[in-house]
Amino acid sequence: MALTYEAIATTTVGSGGASSIDFQSIPSTYTNLSILVSARGSSYDGTSTNQLFLRFNNNSSSYSTRQISAATGSVGSGTNPYGVTSAIWCGEMPSVNQTASTFGNTLIYIPNYTSSNNKSLSVDNVSETNGTADYTFSVALTAGLWSNTSVIDRITLYCKYTLDGTFQQYTTATLYGIKNTV
Amino acid sequence: MPAGATYDCIATTTLTSNQSSVTFSSISGSYTDLVYVIYNKTGGINTAVRFNSDSGTNYSLTQLYGNGSAAASLRSTNVTYGIAGVIGNDSTVVGHIMNYSNTTTNKTLIGRGGAAGDTYLDAFVTLWRSTSAITSVTFYQGSDAGTWGSGSTFTLYGIKAA
Repeated sequence: MALTYEAIATTTVGSGGASSIDFQSIPSTYTNLSILVSARGSSYDGTSTNQLFLRFNNNSSSYSTRQISAATGSVGSGTNPYGVTSAIWCGEMPSVNQTASTFGNTLIYIPNYTSSNNKSLSVDNVSETNGTADYTFSVALTAGLWSNTSVIDRITLYCKYTLDGTFQQYTTATLYGIKNTV
Repeated sequence: MPAGATYDCIATTTLTSNQSSVTFSSISGSYTDLVYVIYNKTGGINTAVRFNSDSGTNYSLTQLYGNGSAAASLRSTNVTYGIAGVIGNDSTVVGHIMNYSNTTTNKTLIGRGGAAGDTYLDAFVTLWRSTSAITSVTFYQGSDAGTWGSGSTFTLYGIKAA
């Protein structure tokens, strides 16, 4: 029986940290892609969670994000968080200023990544640090769009809205391929 | 090319009578992540969860939920249960516990729940502040105050990263 759900590649960040997590040479033999991320980032503003962003094919344009989230005492919704259109916002992650040994979880689903259509994706993201102040926790649902018809063969994850943060040791990301053939 | 299945069914059960809780125990540490899927036959508002039978104030949670006309959020810290999804009659909850078997990080659960017929839908996170490997997971209806009804199903999957 052919495998439907396969791990393509996995990364665990070492003691030196990582400026990005990069999946290259992604085969075109699957139907959909999924990325499971457990992440912790460098400092953002000294107290708050840090951000997770994604790019396709090392391309820095044609992205849009729409989200609904809870990170304060109320629910918010908007587009292109932090004003970023050069990548897709995939939610928040605990930073080094927050509860030790604590990582946020993100589920990214990219259907039809080899099609000749623009590429859409769905993101579920959570960050929980047992903190009580605003922006020490987050639940976010994101819809992302890359208005580009190219086949996706590279996915890069970044920390911080300026894309220059550092993923901390023990951050993990695994890329899975899903086939729709029986 | 990875060998073997990446996504395994570890255990599944369908209740034939009412129960106050459902436990998956002796969970193998050979996977990377766990996924649970619950179909709730009757009643309830929230699914509560405990890991390794820990009843201490080691859980915190955030929930984003809506009832079809309004959205809101819920937040709790230092509590004795985590949240594992909102439920109602004929409802489904799916949750994902990443890196459950390591002894390095605290354990975080992410999931979605929904009872389209009668109550809410939600997205949620639970943090269990323990670096212990998870070897058992127990699900309760509403902080151990409710009862899982006959016909409810519970399935646990393991996912490998390699």
